Amino acid sequence: MTSRLTPENTPSIAAAAAAVEADGRRRIEAAADLAALREVERTVVGKRSELARLHTRLARLAPEERRDAGAVIHDARTRLQEQLGRRAAALDAEERARRVAEERLDLTEISTHAWLPRRGHLHLVTQTREELEDTFVAMGFAVAEGPEAETDWYNFQALNMPPAHPARGMWDTLYLRLGEPGQVLLRTHTSPVQVRLMESREPPIYAVMPGRCYRRDTPDARHTPVFHQIEGLVVDRGITFGDLAGTIEAFTGAYFGAGIHSRLRPSYFPFTEPSAEFEVTCPICAGEGCRTCSGSGWIELGGCGMVDPNVFEAVGVDAEVYSGFAFGFGIDRLAQVRAGLSDMRVLLDNDVRFLTQF
Amino acid sequence: MRAPLSWLRDYAPLEAPVDDLAATLSALGLVVEGVHHVGGGLGGVVVSKVLGIRRHPDADRIRLVDVDAGNGEVAQIVCGAWNFAEGDLVPLARVGAVLPGGMEISRRKMRGEWSDGMLCSASELDIPEPPGSADGTGPGLMILPRGLAEPGAPLADALELGPDVVFDLDVSSNRPDALCMAGVARDLAAALGEPWAALSSGSVLPPVDRSVGVAPITVEAGDLCPRFVGTVFEDVPLGASPAWIARRLTLAGMRPISAVVDVSNYVMLDVGQPNHAYDLDRLGGGGILVRRGAPGEILETLDGVSRTLGPEDCVICDATGGAVGVGGIMGGASAEIGPGTTRVLLETAWFQPMAIARTGSRLGLHSEARVRFERGVDPEVAPWAVERFAALLAAVAPAASGGRTLRRGPSSDVRDDAHMPAPAVVRVRTARVNAILGTDLDDGDVAGLLGPIGFRAEAPEPGVHAVTVPSWRLDSAREIDVIEEVARLWGYGRIERTVPAARGGSGGLTGRQRDRRFVRQALAGAGFDEAWTSTFLAPGDLERAGLDPAAVEVENPLDRSESILRTALLPGLLKAVKFNMDRQGVDVRLFEVGTVFFLPGEGRVTPEEVEHVAAIVGPGPATEGAGAVRGGAGGAGGAGAVRAAVLAWSYLAEALGISGVSLSAAAVPGMHPSRAANIVAGDGALIGAVGEVAPEVRAAYGLGGRVGYLTASLDALLGVARRRRQARDVSRFPGSDVDLAFVVDERVPAAAVLATLREAGGELLEAASLFDVFRGGQVGTGRRSLAFRLRFRASDRTLAEGEIAAARQREIDAVTAAHGAELRG
Repeated sequence: MTSRLTPENTPSIAAAAAAVEADGRRRIEAAADLAALREVERTVVGKRSELARLHTRLARLAPEERRDAGAVIHDARTRLQEQLGRRAAALDAEERARRVAEERLDLTEISTHAWLPRRGHLHLVTQTREELEDTFVAMGFAVAEGPEAETDWYNFQALNMPPAHPARGMWDTLYLRLGEPGQVLLRTHTSPVQVRLMESREPPIYAVMPGRCYRRDTPDARHTPVFHQIEGLVVDRGITFGDLAGTIEAFTGAYFGAGIHSRLRPSYFPFTEPSAEFEVTCPICAGEGCRTCSGSGWIELGGCGMVDPNVFEAVGVDAEVYSGFAFGFGIDRLAQVRAGLSDMRVLLDNDVRFLTQF
Repeated sequence: MRAPLSWLRDYAPLEAPVDDLAATLSALGLVVEGVHHVGGGLGGVVVSKVLGIRRHPDADRIRLVDVDAGNGEVAQIVCGAWNFAEGDLVPLARVGAVLPGGMEISRRKMRGEWSDGMLCSASELDIPEPPGSADGTGPGLMILPRGLAEPGAPLADALELGPDVVFDLDVSSNRPDALCMAGVARDLAAALGEPWAALSSGSVLPPVDRSVGVAPITVEAGDLCPRFVGTVFEDVPLGASPAWIARRLTLAGMRPISAVVDVSNYVMLDVGQPNHAYDLDRLGGGGILVRRGAPGEILETLDGVSRTLGPEDCVICDATGGAVGVGGIMGGASAEIGPGTTRVLLETAWFQPMAIARTGSRLGLHSEARVRFERGVDPEVAPWAVERFAALLAAVAPAASGGRTLRRGPSSDVRDDAHMPAPAVVRVRTARVNAILGTDLDDGDVAGLLGPIGFRAEAPEPGVHAVTVPSWRLDSAREIDVIEEVARLWGYGRIERTVPAARGGSGGLTGRQRDRRFVRQALAGAGFDEAWTSTFLAPGDLERAGLDPAAVEVENPLDRSESILRTALLPGLLKAVKFNMDRQGVDVRLFEVGTVFFLPGEGRVTPEEVEHVAAIVGPGPATEGAGAVRGGAGGAGGAGAVRAAVLAWSYLAEALGISGVSLSAAAVPGMHPSRAANIVAGDGALIGAVGEVAPEVRAAYGLGGRVGYLTASLDALLGVARRRRQARDVSRFPGSDVDLAFVVDERVPAAAVLATLREAGGELLEAASLFDVFRGGQVGTGRRSLAFRLRFRASDRTLAEGEIAAARQREIDAVTAAHGAELRG
């Protein structure tokens, strides 16, 4: 059967392989995508490819020539396969690039879209109150609360202000049309909670008392008739004025941050003695002096003092065994200072454009 | 309280720098609110006389003023003030003057007209303005007294404004002793370690002249007025006081009037004794009767107001019983001294502080005397005050008496010791001082701090002081009061700061406080902004909101619109939504956690207070269109707002992990009759309500679109059983989804069908939810199709086909039986 075939020799095989290789190279380069390349691969190096057919012609060679000619074919196949690999990688990269380009998305179309689900906002006063609570909780205080409508006893008498005591004039009181005239009122400060706490619990007491208070004040930029206060009370054995000053200072540093300090100066409150006003370094200008602090470098925050023995007597705490201190200040006022509100009345407007700033 | 430094220096050297004096005053609790340097910086400021006022040709709010600047020189000044007239004397800052605030005056053109200087207000010159002279409504020039000086005279000379400093002090109500110069100086001198000495009246003090006689003084109300000292003065000077008295009064904030009145005021400011000078010739019977008011008795006080008195009030009368003043508060018009007064009866009395406070507040009558008496005047200062009055008046006399010599009679001192405060001797323990203050003082320190402010400490035994409290410190009667004085003089700033080790108790929020925060966080997370609405409502607000009008009323509201306490958050939130809608608010969603008040229960006087949580969804495009219930059966369009409210509830319930709570269609006050449900706990307790606000309610609050609302009692909400925080294994086996659609009557709640599915599904039913509602078509009127997706899964195996089919059939049977439902094909 072989006698009819064209005699073969190594050069003829080599020539044929070179031609097949050249043709294959052209077709590999021409493949436009991976699918086409797979088809080209089949026809160039597959079982029925020219190269495979060329291989069958080795049989016609003299045995001593077969090895050289086989090596020629093998080399051509190796080079084609390498080229196929390179081409496949190139096409793959092209295709990825095309896909990436097609999938391009402007994420700011989403981030700026009006339909974005809106998060709600806690009121500035709530945020301030919770920060204050958290600060005191970290200092070992509990948080206590009490009613907003109180009797004269809790708001005044138990706090060392008997009827007609001139100090009652410090607070313009809103009375309720309940009970005897003047008996039931809206608390003018959170101090009634102190009384309730001491009535209901044996010392030691370490508590802060936040809540809403009321005064018959005409609203202005710094006052609203409805406002919020936080008050602290410590009753224990051996509590001193030094403890009060140290607690105020520890709070000041913890809440306002390093560099903000406190100072006390004598003042008067019926329910504490000695009494003090406490000021803190202006948190806006860090004590340099600015509009908020009227150039003084200090902001008056609140009042404090040692619990008056008359208050202890009213609630049945032995003032020879226990001593204590109390302090209090306005939450809204603090929020006003920290957030730079020019007018406190904005807190009550509930304008969404204001609420969503915080 | 305004304290001129020159006046304080009558009592102590006080030579420290002004800043140090101010800091010392503040540290003593006499808080310095302002320091005015007066008389300095007035070079180039002269007295000028207004000759003419002309329109500015090119401006409406400023005018051209021609003034006589002295020596016949006429200057044209451009001026924006309107409170003066031709002939007035006003301060002129000439070109080149530098005002106390640092402003340099130059010749300049204003709107095309030259101004050769500036006419000044008192505040521009840093001169304290007498009260009442500026109404605070706008800028005004300082109008100088007529005849003060010739035009051109330096202002500082004309006003005798040598450089001085005025401290503006905030004196707390427990320190009436510091409402006078002697008292302020005493504290200051003590803190500075300087000697304090009462002024010696010396040779100017007129001797007591027995020929003058004594006015009869009768005190019937010894409990209200325990001490009344009356002294007669004859041939009192007429006319104005000398400039130095007028100036000190002006600096202290009072307006000079006439010699006798000025000296009376001066004595009050000097030694703290409010006093009253009556025209003796206008006092019927030539004497004084102090009695209680008769019921309904009427007296016209100096301010021109008729006051109705009563038996609680102390009335000063002439000897015939005719009222001439409200004791210790304000005199009457009838016996007031006038230009013709020559004989004066001086009252230097002591009134019961509580009585003064009661009468003062009942009459709404405020005065310098009341402020001092109700806080507690020194009961022993009267004789000194009489001496000061006599000496000052005598010093005035040569200038103003027209050659007559002031004569002073003996004082009549009517005193009811039973009602006078007894001098307090307080036992003070050094150990107690240190225990309260955290100091380490010894006996000598304590006595040494107290002595200079008049607290005499004797030591009957080591560690214990017997402290005699001075008569001017009525506020100090207990050991703790004296300890406060020790602290004040030692200096608050010197007390070492310590932090108590919180023992025994433990800090932290209660579970309820944590849960309340969580409720707030959840609602904010659901897209609601937190509002804070007023506790007060206007009458009618509750009715307009469809709610029971019974509410607690405020006895003395600031405004009628704030006269009742809210029983619900709804009215306030509706107002807040309206406020925002009026400002083009879109998608307004608010929530609030706040207290509401109900009338007291049986046997109580204080209102019942309940904390509510509420959320409101305002009208807007987001709620009107999107999410509307499909099909619109019975006109059920525009369900966006109510849908958002119900979603808020579901979100909140899921966040809190509460279980066993259901929505039960109900008539809820203020809510849409067919779009509201009560929120009911598993045990039947009412937690709150959710739905759409009734159309008439939102219309009453001016809201055009539909409004969704959710309300709950916080305690009821937090009282509901919570999902236990207990881990449950999740199955590793595949689940199977089964969709079932049932046609049920409109009145059958979807939640009821779902509950039936959950019950019938048993353990194999992992999840079930409603995913489609369809009305119309084959379904028929009054009915709708509810499509549920059920997921069955077992924890230990893959479910077999048969098991799933059986489960599916159980569900169909259960729903069909329980709700008259038909499976939709």
